[in-house]
This record gives sequence, structure tokens and C-alpha cells, in this order.
Amino acid sequence: MSEVPAVRVDLSGVRRRLDGAQGRTYWKSLEELAGTPEFLDFLHREFPSQASEFADPKGRREFLTLMGASLALAGLTACTKQPEEKIVPYVQPPEQAVPGKPLFFATAMLDRGYAKGILVESHLGRPTKIEGNPDHPASLGATDISGQAWVLGLYDPDRAQTLTYRGEIRAWTDFMGALRNALGAQKPRQGVGVRILTEAVTSPTLAAQVREVLAELPAAKWHQWEPMGGASMAARPAVGRPASVQYHFDRADVILSLEADFVVDGPASLRYAREYTARRKRPGAQAMNRLYAVESTPTLTGAIADHRLPLRPSEMEGFARAVAGAVGGGAAAPAPSGATGEWLAAVARDLKAHAGRSLVIAGDYQSPAVHGLAHEINQFLGNVGQTVVYGAPVEAQPVDPLASLAELAADMKAGRVDVLVVLGANPVYSAPADLDFAAAMERVKLRVHLGLYADETAALSHWHIPQAHPLEAWSDARAYDGTTTILQPLIAPLYDSARSAHELLAALTSKPDRKGHDIVKDFWRAQFGGDFDARWRRSLHDGVVAGWTAPAGVAAPSASGDPTTAPRPTAPASSAPGTLEIVFRPDPTIGDGRYANLGWLQELPKPITKLTWDNAALVSPATAQRLSLENGEVVELRYRGRTVKAPVWTLPGQPDDTVTVHLGYGRTRAGRVGDGAGFDANRIRTSDAPWNGTGLEIAKTGETRALACAQDHWSIDENAEPRHLIRSVTVDEYVKEPEAIKEQAENPPRDMTLYPNVKYAGHAWGMSIDLNSCVGCSACVVACVAENNIPVVGREQVAKGREMHWIRVDRYFSGAPQHSETIRAHFQPLPCMQCENAPCEQVCPVAATVHSDEGLNDQVYNRCIGTRYCSNNCPYKVRRFNFLLYQDWNTPTLKLQRNPDVSVRSRGVMEKCTYCVQRIEQARITAHNEGRPIRDGEIQTACQSVCPTQAIVFGDVNDPGSAVSKLKAEHRDYALLGELNTRPRTTYLAEVKNPNPELAGPAAGGGEHHG
Amino acid sequence: MPQTFHRSTNTLSKVSIFGALFLVVGSLFAIAEINRSGYVTQAGVAREQPVPFSHQHHVGGMGVDCRYCHTTVETSATAGIPPTKTCMNCHSQIWNQSPTLEPVRASFRSGQSIEWTRVHDLPDFAYFNHSAHVSKGVGCTTCHGPVDRMPLMWQYSSLQMEWCLDCHRAPEKYVRPKEEVFSVAWQPPPDQIEQGRALVKAYGIQTRTSCSACHR
Repeated sequence: MSEVPAVRVDLSGVRRRLDGAQGRTYWKSLEELAGTPEFLDFLHREFPSQASEFADPKGRREFLTLMGASLALAGLTACTKQPEEKIVPYVQPPEQAVPGKPLFFATAMLDRGYAKGILVESHLGRPTKIEGNPDHPASLGATDISGQAWVLGLYDPDRAQTLTYRGEIRAWTDFMGALRNALGAQKPRQGVGVRILTEAVTSPTLAAQVREVLAELPAAKWHQWEPMGGASMAARPAVGRPASVQYHFDRADVILSLEADFVVDGPASLRYAREYTARRKRPGAQAMNRLYAVESTPTLTGAIADHRLPLRPSEMEGFARAVAGAVGGGAAAPAPSGATGEWLAAVARDLKAHAGRSLVIAGDYQSPAVHGLAHEINQFLGNVGQTVVYGAPVEAQPVDPLASLAELAADMKAGRVDVLVVLGANPVYSAPADLDFAAAMERVKLRVHLGLYADETAALSHWHIPQAHPLEAWSDARAYDGTTTILQPLIAPLYDSARSAHELLAALTSKPDRKGHDIVKDFWRAQFGGDFDARWRRSLHDGVVAGWTAPAGVAAPSASGDPTTAPRPTAPASSAPGTLEIVFRPDPTIGDGRYANLGWLQELPKPITKLTWDNAALVSPATAQRLSLENGEVVELRYRGRTVKAPVWTLPGQPDDTVTVHLGYGRTRAGRVGDGAGFDANRIRTSDAPWNGTGLEIAKTGETRALACAQDHWSIDENAEPRHLIRSVTVDEYVKEPEAIKEQAENPPRDMTLYPNVKYAGHAWGMSIDLNSCVGCSACVVACVAENNIPVVGREQVAKGREMHWIRVDRYFSGAPQHSETIRAHFQPLPCMQCENAPCEQVCPVAATVHSDEGLNDQVYNRCIGTRYCSNNCPYKVRRFNFLLYQDWNTPTLKLQRNPDVSVRSRGVMEKCTYCVQRIEQARITAHNEGRPIRDGEIQTACQSVCPTQAIVFGDVNDPGSAVSKLKAEHRDYALLGELNTRPRTTYLAEVKNPNPELAGPAAGGGEHHG
Repeated sequence: MPQTFHRSTNTLSKVSIFGALFLVVGSLFAIAEINRSGYVTQAGVAREQPVPFSHQHHVGGMGVDCRYCHTTVETSATAGIPPTKTCMNCHSQIWNQSPTLEPVRASFRSGQSIEWTRVHDLPDFAYFNHSAHVSKGVGCTTCHGPVDRMPLMWQYSSLQMEWCLDCHRAPEKYVRPKEEVFSVAWQPPPDQIEQGRALVKAYGIQTRTSCSACHR
């Protein structure tokens, strides 16, 4: 797509609209507030730039040629006979394999080395879909976005497929010969030149193997590099040594997050999100918790908090110190003055009032000092042992990953490394720039890289060995609390030369050529002792190893770890206003870049910015105005003598004078999907301040980059009148006036309609979405993509508003854009509403969208001729049209991922959510075959089953005892655009905040902005 | 002034108007009939198979139950095509030298599947489930016809949507007692409609004609 001019947002216009009678409480973008032509275009044209295909002369010629041909053949297509098909049965059927019935196997996905339990759906040996493992403590039946995309990673056609030496294909035996030679030379020298670089290791088997290598080569060294890791080290200031920290949000009444994005980020996020929202499910009827979030870049935790305070990163430690002073633990520190000071005092009083039932949690990207202070506050409030529990570290050998990598880089530069074996990591891309890892690699005589992709590190290695995907290989891993899972393969490796880390490590020992299965099984044979087979089978079946659930020994905070006595670094002086600070964070969807080639995650709008396919330099509206920056304008970021070019994106809620850049983009050897997307923020990142720093300069370049942002897509028109799409009240207001939520908009009587009043005698499917539980993580979107064979359309098509997601998560802001502390975000997942009076059905000329007897709004693909009238008439804008042939019909591996129970749609067909009707029908058939009715909860839609917070509940609204009926009976249930009397089957539960009554000022956010 | 057209042109015009109408309707009818015919639906066409397996012999002659080979018909969407192992259960003992059965033995030796030609092939957008029908009293022969008299398998029904809907709208015309589902000898009784209505009630059969019942 050609570069388009950057969007200029007139902030004074924004202010006028906010102040005036037209002022909007909830808005999706600054463009909406300013009423820019671009926004109005998205709003009023159901199909933005539908004719743009013809603007391109080549496309137009092609179109005419095709049209000529298709006119000649029109009408004849229906006369073809079906081509003959073959049936290929088994020769010897494997046990339990029933064609047409999927099997589920328990294993785990890895998040920075930690396990999150999953169940993998397998259709005759093809893994197709990931579900959470309800028996696993880090999953509780849910998965995150990368868990859902895990299966796409297996089938990614750009995965490394062959073993190569300097880019040329070689055999495993050639590699073994080279390796044995090099190791043979090292053996007399105790392996002093040998380095093994792994990612964070929780796998007991892998750790034992590394130790085995180190026993044979005592002078060799083991390094670990995990770009987003180091959580075990975070507790070091508290405990005095590496430790695991577990939080119990179910026991916490008051929570202060120091930029801990605990609801989506981290190995325990699924559990924490569940525990946190469980305390907010029945406002009024249960004691709600209260969350204060302090953050230097908008996070989802901050977005859902009751109170949010944006701070520049340099102010974070001072803030934590002041809180510690205010609650009375440790030396008093000067409290900030003004509004922040009042905010802080109120938080401190609230924390003190809930001593023992409060929780202060510091984020993974905070300094050790902040972690120490968080611990100090918890210690003083008596939270340790209650809401915070320290345990032995889960990682086999916890290290500070950055220090470990820096040591390795220094050794390599000094020429002390002869053999480097990299297992999985990609340090050439992900290491901070000052380590100059690429140059250091050049000095190593033998460089071996095992990786899923022939990535940046592979390019600089002599030998590259394709790694077996975790769904193809045996392994094991432990969860945040020490629960151990044995990872079992779902499928034989797709590529013959693929090896697992276990198999490559075995090659370094005196017992090479052992299979991964034998290595893992032998390890556990030694652990289990008697009755091995039964325990092994039980462990594989359950997805957890019984008896290995808790970390060995729980460490109490040691005296030396007491930060009140420990020497404390002085707080860095907050930088003067006007100087820019930079914040580095992993990307919300593709993480540290390892998922850069997964189209599902690239196309998933990032939960807060709603950008797709790109990262950007995020600045606050006020800073953008001060520096006269525009969205999409490419600037040069100059930081510590290094530069990188980045497009600007204005993000309400971002602290002023603070620029956030996300890592993971700017990959050069990620694959066809990931290459060329975004810019590489690692190029200005240094190892002494990996997550934030001061002294950033911004220089204009005059270039622009059109960013594909989905925030204005599928907007519902509120210009004529407010539609009350988001409804948010405080708990006090809710208790006082529970009916007020429903009464925000008109509720016409059911019979005030020209539609026939249909009675649904049998089941009547419905859905309830709890906006108070939704944390905006967007796992539902990826789950829907995986379940329903939804294609990836690419960056240019997203920019035109043609993304195909059947469920979208609308993100609304409230507050004043110039005052970032007033900004709050609200999330609204929006699938098809399954209207009883569906406007789409009346306008279809070919009856391709019709109502089912159970109230589903069916879409019949084989009837659809693509008039798109239905989508024009849909007030919720939930219908998606295949403008082009988005689905990949050719790549063999991608075909393996498809759900066989859902049609694969072609070009020219409208598609939409049908409440996962394939799951409804499967449950119905199973129930009827067993001669019983369908049980409540038996049908789980894909978005429902993945949801970490159980915000989505589906069921039979004709059954008054069903979970969904009970939720719909709540006072905070409301229908979106209910005043149109479309009678949507999907309804929402309004957001109920629990603000501190002391904080009624503008910094309080939440309730005071609703109207 | 004489009339421009002779009186006979009235007849001529009537004939041509009605004739044209008849031609249009007639050709539409012809197209519909061609579309329903075995030429398009492949119904009644026996298919060549790598091994000329005879249902007539095995079902009609030997009395082998449908479920001996189609094992998953009661539990899964597909009835299941038997693995080579099922053939070899008997044919390792009997007819174990027959040249006709060499592809079966070759498959068993090599582990390579036999590639059968599909006889009943629904379009990919139609999701049919055997177990749902079998458990509600729809007999095998109701759809698959007199299998016990088919030397080579052929498709008995049109498998077109109107054929599906014929039963989905009025299942009482076809349902039979559950214990007769796998019988190839069962014939509808004279009072099928009454008996059928009773069975529809007893088995809780839903007349499902919503699109999503079959299309997803």
C-alpha cells in the first residue's frame, strides 16, 4: 500500500467536543472525538474503500479478464459433477482413534520456560485446537493468546525444515562428526571453551541433561537467555536469594499494582486474572476487591483498575518509596505533592486499613529496588504468608538472564569460547544492542543453533538444526507454582531432521543418539521408582505429575533479604519535565518476537492500541501536541548514541513525556509473515537499563508510515444520539439504583415490532458477557480464529477495514485525552448478537441468512451470493465478507490445522459467528445418543472456553436454572442497542467499579465519568 | 380498410405465446429432472473398486452385520470404512490365496492403505452424522437401499437436499423400531405412518430443518 499522509488530530477540536453538549463519555479514538474525515469514512461506509481494487491498474485489468471468463462460464458451474474422492482407511487402526471424533491430549505450552497446561484437540493425528487444562493450576481451563496460536506455530510453513551447515543442507551424521571433533578437542581441557545457551529452563529432564554435560566437561558453562524472563530474580531483594513468588488474589481486598500487568502477562496470569475477577462477579452481593494501578505505560491491568495513576518510569521508585513511608514501613520518604500525593495517601490508608488482606505487586519490568519496596510494604502490612507466598524457585537454575547473556557475550568477545550451542534462543535479535552479540558470535569457532526458525541467530551459526515443535516432541516443564507437566507429542515431527533440545543435548554427552521419548521417560523412571507405568500413564493423562505440585521447600524471607536493613540504592532523580523518557516492553501480542511469524497474533489488534502488524512509538496526546507529532509520522528515536526510526502513535493514557516502544518487531529472518513488520527497538536498548531510561530525543524525518489500526473499525454510530454502548457505574450507585443501568436507554416492549413474534419452544441459545470480568486480553478473538478456520488477511487489508475476526473486542476510552491520569479503558467483546428480530435476515435476496428454530442467526455459505446487504443492515457490524480469496487453499501444512467441523469459506461469501454451532450440534448428538437432555454448561463456545476470567457464559435462556439465565436476570444485564428492539440473544453485564470514596477527583477515573 | 393481420394470426400468436411458455417451463422441468437424475447425482452407478468387494455376498449371503465392518456407525459422524485388519480377520484363514484379494494382503504386508473409491459423497458443506440417525431409528437400508443385493456398491438415494428434507420434514414416513435399524430384511408395515408417528414420539425425534443442523 502506498504511504498515506499522517492523520492530523485537532486536539482543540477534541476539547470542544468533550466540553460541549455533544461530549462523549466513551470514545474509541482521538479521531472519533475530533470527527476526522477518516473516522467518518469508517463509520458511514460499511465497506471502506470497496472499489480500491480497481484503483490499481493491474488489478483492474486482471478483474476484467476474469469477469470475461466468468461470464462465459456463468451458470455452468452448478452442472459439474462432484469429483471422485478416495477413502483411505487405516491398515491397523490405532487404539481409540475414531474417525469423526476428536481426541484430547494433555500437555503444556511454555511461557518464558514456565508451563501452562493445555488440552490439544486431535483429529486423526492432526492437532487442530488448543484448550486449557482445567486440572492445571496455571491454566484452570483457559489459555492466553499465544497458547491459542501455539498450534499455528506447529504448522507454520516457514519453520526450519532442514539441517544446514552455512546454509547448505547436510545430514545429522555430518553434524555429529563436526560436533564430536570439536568436543574431542575440548575434552582434555575440561570443556573450557564450551558454552551452552538455553532459554529459561524449568524442565527437570533438561536441567539434569545440562548437568550431565557439565559433569563430563566441568569447565564448560551454562548460560540462559530469556528476553522477558528473570521473575525468579525479582524476589531476590525480598528473600535474599532467587525465589518464586505466588500471589493470592482471592484473599486480597486491596491491591496496589506497581505496573504489574498480572491479568495478562506472566506464567501465572491466567490464574491471577481468574482469582482477581472472581471477587468482582457479584457486585453488591459480595465484598468487591479494589485495584489501584500505577503504570508508566497503559496496561490491561491499569485499564480495568478502579484507580489508575500514570507515572513516568523514573518516578516509579520514588512513588514506591513514598508508599512504603506512608504505610509506616522503613524510612520515611518525601511524599509527592499535589494530586499524586493525595492519591498516594489515600492508597496508603486503604492498604493499612486492610493489613493482611492487601497486596502490593511489582511488575516484572520494574527495578530490584521497586521489588524490594513492594516486599517491604507487604512485610509491614502482614501480607507475607497471606496474599504473598515465597517459595523455592521453579526454574532449575535461576539466573538473571541479562547478566548471564552479558557474561557470555564478554567471553565470546574475549575469544574464550570455542563451541557455542544455542538451544532455542535467538540472542542475535533479542539481545540489547550494547552487547553486540552478532559481532561476538563471529569470534566463536563452532556455532550450533537449534531453533524452530532459521532466524537471525541461525544465520550467524555454522550449523542450524531445526527444532521439533513442543507439540512434536517429548519434554517436561513446571508451572509458576512448581506443578510439573510431562509434555507429550501430538504428532510425529513434520520434518525428518527436526530434533528436540533433549536430543541435541544428548549429542553433547557420551551417550548421543538417544530419542527424546527415552530421555524423558528414563528421567521419570528414576524419579517415580516403583509402579512406574501406572504413574507415567496417569501423569500423561492428567497433564500434571501427582506429588510434584509444590516447589520443594518453601523459603521464608530471610533476614538478609529484609530491605529495611539491606543497603538500598538511592532513588534516581526524576528527570526534569520536558525531557523524554523511554519505556521498553514486550509486544502485547507477539511477545519478544518469537511469535512474529504467526499471522493470527500479528493480525490480532493489540488490546490497548488496537494496532496490527506494527509497533510504534507511543506518546500521550499532550506530548504529541507539544512536539507536533502526528499519527503515522516516522521519527528518529535517538537514545544513548543509537538511533532507530519509528512511526508515532498517540495513545491516550500514556504518561506525558514518556515514549513506549514494544520489542519483538523489526525481525529480518522471522519468515514471510514477520519480516518487515515494525521496527526493532532492541537496536537502541542497552543492558544496564533494559526496560526504561531517560535521555531520549526525537527527530522528525518527514516520512510517514500508514499504520493498520483497527480502533475505528466497525464503529457504531453515536453521532445522532448517545447509544450507551458501555455502561459503567460504581458499586455504591449500583446498590442504590440497580435498575438505572437498564434504564440508561429505552427498552421497547417486545411486541412493538412488525416482525412475527416467534416462540422458541425447545432450546433458546443465548450468551451473557460480563464487562466487569473482561480484561480485554483478546484470547477470545484468537480462539475464534482457531476454531472457525478464519483467515489472516494481511496488513493492507486490515488497513481497509477488512479483517475477518468474527468476534472483536471494542476498546473505548473515557476521560480527557490531554490529562492522561483521567483516561480509563473499557472493553467490550462483540460477537454476533444473534438478534431474534434480525435486521440482516430481512434483506437477503437468496435466504442465505435465516433463523434457526433455536434462535441462531444461521449463515449458509453455499447459498450466499455476496450481495452484502445483510452487513449493510447489521447495526452491530459483526458480519465479515471475503472480499478476496483470503483463505490459504494451497499450503499443505496449514490445511492440517483446519477444523473439519467448519466449512472453509471462499471468496465472495459473507461469514459470521453462529455461537460455534458445530459445538452445539455435536453436544446435541452426543446427548441424544445417550438418551438425555443437553446439560447446562455442556456446550462451551470457543470464546467462552478460552476466557481466563469466565466473562463469557453461554447456554439455554429457556432454562431458568441455567447459568446464562441467572446472569441475564441480574440488574446489570443490558442489551446493546436494545432500543432498536432487535432482541439480541447476547447481552452484557455492566461494569461496576469499586472506587475509593476518598478519591473522587479527576484522578480517580471510573465512575465519575459516566453519564 | 382490411385488417392488417389475418384472423389466423390470432391462433398463431396464441400458440406462440403458450408455446414459448411451455418451452420455458418444459426446459426448466427438463433441467430439474436432469439435475435429479443419476447422471448428476451418480445414484445407481456402481463404482469400480480396487477389490471388487461384494455386499451381496457378505451381507446377503453370509449375513455379516453392518457393524462388523462399519464399527463407528453408532458413535461417530462417519460409519467407518473397515481397516485392512478387519478384512484379514477372516481372509487370513479363508480365500487366503485368492488373487482377487491380493491388494488386501499387499496392504496388510506393506502397511499401505487400500484406496477405495467413495460411493456416498456429500458436499463438504453438509455435515451428516450417522450416529444421530441410527440412534433415532433410521435404518441403514432406508438411505443405502438393498445393500444385500448389491454386488458392487452403488448409491441408492440421490443424496440431494430435497431428499434429506423429505425425511426431516416427515420422519414418520421412514423411521423404524430401533431393533430393526441394522436389519436388511425390514420392510415398512402397511400402517407405517401411524407406527412412525408413535416412534417419532417415543424416540423424541426432532424435525430439524434449520440450516445449521447440517450446514456450518
